[in-house]
Amino acid sequence: MRYSGAVLSVSGVTKRFGGLVAVSSMSFDVAEHEMVGVIGPNGSGKTTMMNMISGAFKPTAGRISMKGRRISDMPAQTIAREGVGRTFQLVRLLPGLNVIENVLSGAVFGHRRRWGRDAEDFAHAMLERVGLEAMSYAPVAQLTYIDQKRVELARVLAGEPEVLLLDEWLAGLNPTELETGIELIHNLRDEGRTVVLVEHVMDAIRALCDRCVVMSAGKKIAEGTPDEVLNDAEVIRAYLGDDDA
Amino acid sequence: MKPSGWQELLLAALFAMLAAFVPLVANGYWLSIAVTAMMYLALATSWALFSGPTHYISLATGAFFGIGGYLVGSMMSDYQLAFWVPLVVAPVVAALLAMLIGLATLRLSGVYFVIFTLGLAEMIRNLISWIQNNFLGSRGLYVLTDLRDQHIYWMLLAVAAVVYLLGWLINRSRLGFALRIIGNDETVARHVGINTATAKVILFTTTGFFAALVGAIIAPRWSYIEPNQVFSPQLSFLVVIMALLGGAGRLWGPLVGVIPFTIIWEWVGVQFPNQSFLFMGLAFLLIVYVLPNGVVGRIEQLRARLREREA
Ligand SMILES: Nc1ncnc2c1ncn2[C@@H]1O[C@H](COP(=O)(O)OP(=O)(O)O)[C@@H](O)[C@H]1O
Ligand SMILES: [Mg+2]
Repeated sequence: MRYSGAVLSVSGVTKRFGGLVAVSSMSFDVAEHEMVGVIGPNGSGKTTMMNMISGAFKPTAGRISMKGRRISDMPAQTIAREGVGRTFQLVRLLPGLNVIENVLSGAVFGHRRRWGRDAEDFAHAMLERVGLEAMSYAPVAQLTYIDQKRVELARVLAGEPEVLLLDEWLAGLNPTELETGIELIHNLRDEGRTVVLVEHVMDAIRALCDRCVVMSAGKKIAEGTPDEVLNDAEVIRAYLGDDDA
Repeated sequence: MKPSGWQELLLAALFAMLAAFVPLVANGYWLSIAVTAMMYLALATSWALFSGPTHYISLATGAFFGIGGYLVGSMMSDYQLAFWVPLVVAPVVAALLAMLIGLATLRLSGVYFVIFTLGLAEMIRNLISWIQNNFLGSRGLYVLTDLRDQHIYWMLLAVAAVVYLLGWLINRSRLGFALRIIGNDETVARHVGINTATAKVILFTTTGFFAALVGAIIAPRWSYIEPNQVFSPQLSFLVVIMALLGGAGRLWGPLVGVIPFTIIWEWVGVQFPNQSFLFMGLAFLLIVYVLPNGVVGRIEQLRARLREREA
């Protein structure tokens, strides 16, 4: 398979759940240092697409590769070690572990497998990056929603992924939090990270994405810069009649 | 399971040294209780190595324990082998079996895992009884050795100490951290890069190994092995109760549960010999409703509350 400079390459990927085709022949590439938005109405298959990249689901057909290496037949833990890190649409923290231990889990088992003092220092540095260093030893149950999201992001960053998947990381934040959130993701962009983000917030998409892939009913219906796709007739049609538009 | 420090290891070593003197001061009835307690301590501590952090409740202990006892009986009685042969062979056989069970149950979660392990243990019990009665003759499995209660006790103490040390090492390792994460959220565990299957199978295999070792060591105590008895489902339940009563979240939790429960259980056995299952049910209810994290969990909860009040 060609390695055309794309870090992540999705080609002809389909996912069926019984009779339901959640994702249908999706293809798109993500170049290094690129921030690609995956947008589309609810139920259009965005999370399913993320789940297939991270290895939570196996595609029914098609191929996903990272730097030319096929990852779509690897189990999730191998994909994580290969360098794909993700957050979950509904935050998933480890409730029995405190904040720093949650972040440590990423540092210890992630892409670079750190241990001991090195892992701890790195986890603290990641917490500081997301602005939560002061809460290091708090139980996660005490955190507000945005802080939980910060911990999850720090955990992913601690694994030093080469590709970051953020599934509606900004959803559920209030306007002030949203501003902080966008700024945080913008910092990732400035660092030159390779990111795929599923997002509903239009302002965020315009501010953050280099390119967007639009999904509707499991299919890719448009691809281009945020301005291009948001003015595309078919995209507008897909969103009209949908509550999130 | 939270990683434990040097202090805890030192305390455990001190406890083991003191425990080594028990046969010198106790004999007869109390020594026999001490042997039983030491047996359950080794079993419950090793059970908790896997089930404590992962929250997978295994009811297969009796099957592994049974393999230990049965192989001692069979090899000594039918093949005239020395005691140490099954002592070495049985744990290896049980570990292999545990590995297979572990691999077969990887996708089972929660209650399905519990039921599978219980069902499988019962199946093994019936299968071996059937084979023994129909094909291997019913001459009976005699275990005749020079080992006395105190020797058995010391061997069990050594096993318990090794299990504890192993648990202490695991807790401080990557593997221990991986198990805690698996117990919290297996999906997250996989997505941070943990090979959950390997971690679970390693630990389950370890508990199978030690349960069989304990079963083999204790076999000389009975002189006569009845397959139907040695593959005891009751033992599986008791190990779970004792570990959970003390608290499986800490390495020394089972110790806290085993000592009082062994004594109470002996007393119940004498006073109400036919109601033991009723009593076991009550103990389960007590744990679920009153002590979900065991005595140790309750103590830690109280300590945390005190600290909060001071702060
Ligand atoms: N595990 C699953 N089993 C069955 N159907 C699923 C599963 N996950 C998602 N789906 C279905 O796939 C479709 C796409 O869902 P999803 O990928 O979550 O969409 P989005 O993230 O774009 O809102 C929906 O119809 C959803 O019900
Ligand atoms: Mg979604």
